[in-house]
Amino acid sequence: MEPALHTSERAESDLTLRVVRAAAEAVIGHADELTALDQAIGDGDHGINMKRGLEAVLADLPQLQDKPLGEMLKAIGMKLVMKVGGASGPLYGTLALELGKHMPATPSRGDLAAAFAAAIEAVKARGKSDLAQKTMLDVLAPVQAKLAEGADLCAIKAEALRAAEATRPIQALRGRASFLGERSIGHVDPGARSAALFVAAICDTLEG
Amino acid sequence: MANVGIVIVSHSPKVAEGASEMVRQMVGNTVPVAHTGGNLDGGLGTSVEGIMAAIERAWSPAGVAILVDLGGAETNSEMAVEMLPENRRGKVVVCNAPIVEGAVIAAAESSGGSSLETVKRTAEELSP
Repeated sequence: MEPALHTSERAESDLTLRVVRAAAEAVIGHADELTALDQAIGDGDHGINMKRGLEAVLADLPQLQDKPLGEMLKAIGMKLVMKVGGASGPLYGTLALELGKHMPATPSRGDLAAAFAAAIEAVKARGKSDLAQKTMLDVLAPVQAKLAEGADLCAIKAEALRAAEATRPIQALRGRASFLGERSIGHVDPGARSAALFVAAICDTLEG
Repeated sequence: MANVGIVIVSHSPKVAEGASEMVRQMVGNTVPVAHTGGNLDGGLGTSVEGIMAAIERAWSPAGVAILVDLGGAETNSEMAVEMLPENRRGKVVVCNAPIVEGAVIAAAESSGGSSLETVKRTAEELSP
């Protein structure tokens, strides 16, 4: 049996809260950058939408702290669905809701990778999209693969940042950016960038 | 027999309201119609919460057909449908049709007492 990532339940709860807070703050802190990316190829509201949703999540953290991990993720997912708006609300909301559905209270790395894989499939279905279409999936999938193969946190973070940058030359096939056709080439996808910011902040906090 | 309800979901509150007004003029009060547009800050966008509330306002035992404009409106509408109570979920459909023409033709079809399936099919015949 794989060892649980953390032993003490109290310490685990504290770490979970720190991870959620760091991930939310990282994206809130880059809201202007995300909006600028979205103005280039989308409808220009990704940063402001994510900021609104994540601030609502942060405001809820005190009530979430005693919930089991799965329940906490589901509550966060519901909040994102309701408060983010745009297409990113349902997409990130679905990601968190599905992670919550598949997450045991004290997950091993294998549990995390399996829950993440299931959540990625749910996001594909929600957005009717797949890899290489210049979306958040282009970050989530390679990060999941690194997680599953046992890469360390530093390598996972590097993969997330690399994968977001790798959306730059892709022509968008989904979302508002797809209307631009070839003009969508040359810009990093805002959803891929926000996904990379989440992953990087989570890795930094777990390592810290 | 109740008529199928129509929900109009646009990124723009004004587009949603205008399309709704056209439907009203066309079919009068025989069809339940509701619209929603804009995000939670009053800017352009759509919200799951707003769509769920519009479905509630247009609710009919015959079901509800939703007309949407751009991608986020569709994704948010599908999410809203999935979050409905189980006994309502199967009676709400998102139509793949142009928002204004689709809403008008769907409402006209509904006013004749057609089923949800027929209303949806008629609206979708407008799709290129």
